[in-house]
Amino acid sequence: MAHSAFLRAFGKHWMKPLTLAALIAPFAFIAWQFFQVLSDPLSDAMGTDPVAYIHHFLGDTAIRILLITLAISPIRDITGWAPIALIRRRIGLAAFFYAALHMIAYLWLDKDWNLALLWEDMVLRTYIMLGMAALVLMIPLAVTSNNSMIRRLGRKTWDRLHWLVYPLAILAVAHNLLMVKIIYGDPLIHAIILALLLSWRVARWVIGKVKAPATA
Amino acid sequence: MELKFRRNSDYQALRSEMTPHDIYIRRRELLAAAGLGGAAAVLGGLPAFAQTPTQVAAGAALSAKKSAFTVADENAAEADFNSYCNFYEFGLNKDDPARHAGKMNVSNWKVTVEGETDAPGTYDLTSLVDYSQLEERVYRHRCVERWSMVVPWIGVPLWSVLSKLKPKAEAKYVQFLTHIDRSAMVGLNYGGLDWPYSEALQINEAKNDLAFIAVGAYGKAMKQQNGAPIRTVIPWKYGYKGTKSIATIRFTTAQPPTAWNVANPREYGFFSNVNPKRSHPRWSQARERVLGVGGFNPQRDTEMFNGYEKQVAYLYEGIDLIKYH
Repeated sequence: MAHSAFLRAFGKHWMKPLTLAALIAPFAFIAWQFFQVLSDPLSDAMGTDPVAYIHHFLGDTAIRILLITLAISPIRDITGWAPIALIRRRIGLAAFFYAALHMIAYLWLDKDWNLALLWEDMVLRTYIMLGMAALVLMIPLAVTSNNSMIRRLGRKTWDRLHWLVYPLAILAVAHNLLMVKIIYGDPLIHAIILALLLSWRVARWVIGKVKAPATA
Repeated sequence: MELKFRRNSDYQALRSEMTPHDIYIRRRELLAAAGLGGAAAVLGGLPAFAQTPTQVAAGAALSAKKSAFTVADENAAEADFNSYCNFYEFGLNKDDPARHAGKMNVSNWKVTVEGETDAPGTYDLTSLVDYSQLEERVYRHRCVERWSMVVPWIGVPLWSVLSKLKPKAEAKYVQFLTHIDRSAMVGLNYGGLDWPYSEALQINEAKNDLAFIAVGAYGKAMKQQNGAPIRTVIPWKYGYKGTKSIATIRFTTAQPPTAWNVANPREYGFFSNVNPKRSHPRWSQARERVLGVGGFNPQRDTEMFNGYEKQVAYLYEGIDLIKYH
């Protein structure tokens, strides 16, 4: 079938580089805006509050990419198109990349690398704590996102470790929800999408449990 | 790090040059000032009602005498003041009010005065505000969201307006309600706050010299996104204590419900005085980002009562401002 031949060719030659380009694009965009403001203080490239803009841009990008990683399995299972799982690793790593940049921007532009201020924020502010926890949980996942680590850990241990993506996604979205004065718009949409992605997994697990005895 | 503090001293001037209309308006003011020998003479001497029959159109030039109530800091750029606003009736994003508020009709504005008063009724702007007495006050405006702007407001002392409205001796509070315009206010459908937006002051707070009624800013009549045609400015409190586009003034004996306090009393108290020591439960209030000065906004330490401690501390003597925030 011509259709599936096209899909196969796309999966083989185009999917991975195109995904990479799409994942780099937000970084290229904000870097371009950043240097506009850096070189010209009059620039309106980042609006009236560039610091808030950078925080929101990087944080939103990290959460959205994280949600996309969580959507890969459902898409694969629903469409039956297995090769899509090949781009999951780079998408997950990109989520970590943007989350780490988000953290660096906060330490630099908000806290001025002042660790005492950071400590106060971490101890007193729930949303900072949740965000930090999410980022810290991402570190072992990022470090083990390569073939040799999968081999070394064994598939089972690796799977168990990467199950952490669920609690950390909940932490990240909670961090997002806690920052606004009124819950609305983007944080709410992120929370709804996460709830759908997680309930799909719960449903699959329950159905598996029910089906298993029948087929045995 | 050098990056954070980078700014251009001409930011304000250069940014306004980007808007030819603003220059046009300003040039007229400058020419007028030169012709009559000094801005002060002109501003004080202009027959106010020559500017306006019942009120000034939003954005039209407005003259006012300079006031001693002026902070030394650089003004926020006018473009930032008019494009970065919290006015939830017009949407929750900072640029929503500038986009939507223009549809709100503010001509022929009426303010209803009610409650504990000997002069209830409906007033137009010129009967509330003495346009011959307009003054410009450069106040620091501190938002609860940890940013601030220095704004040259134009208006009259709040009490000069309220005293005309003859509050009864029993009146202990004055409440301000924002106008409701269902066709223009696209944000009314969002949950979170009760409409109309309500804010209130104790009468002794309203009598303080700093409490201000603004009808303009940056030498012009107020634009809709900043609360045209008439709003309160209470500089020692967080920005949301200022009520925009006031439709009703009500004198009461009991403390009126106020929008943010009703929505979340733990986070937003009735007083809402700027207080670096009283954190918002979710974020610190010790510092603020100074907006409208260009580049990556610098931070400054937030001051008690937003730097107006000398003028207002007497109002809160003996009150635990952490508990009664």
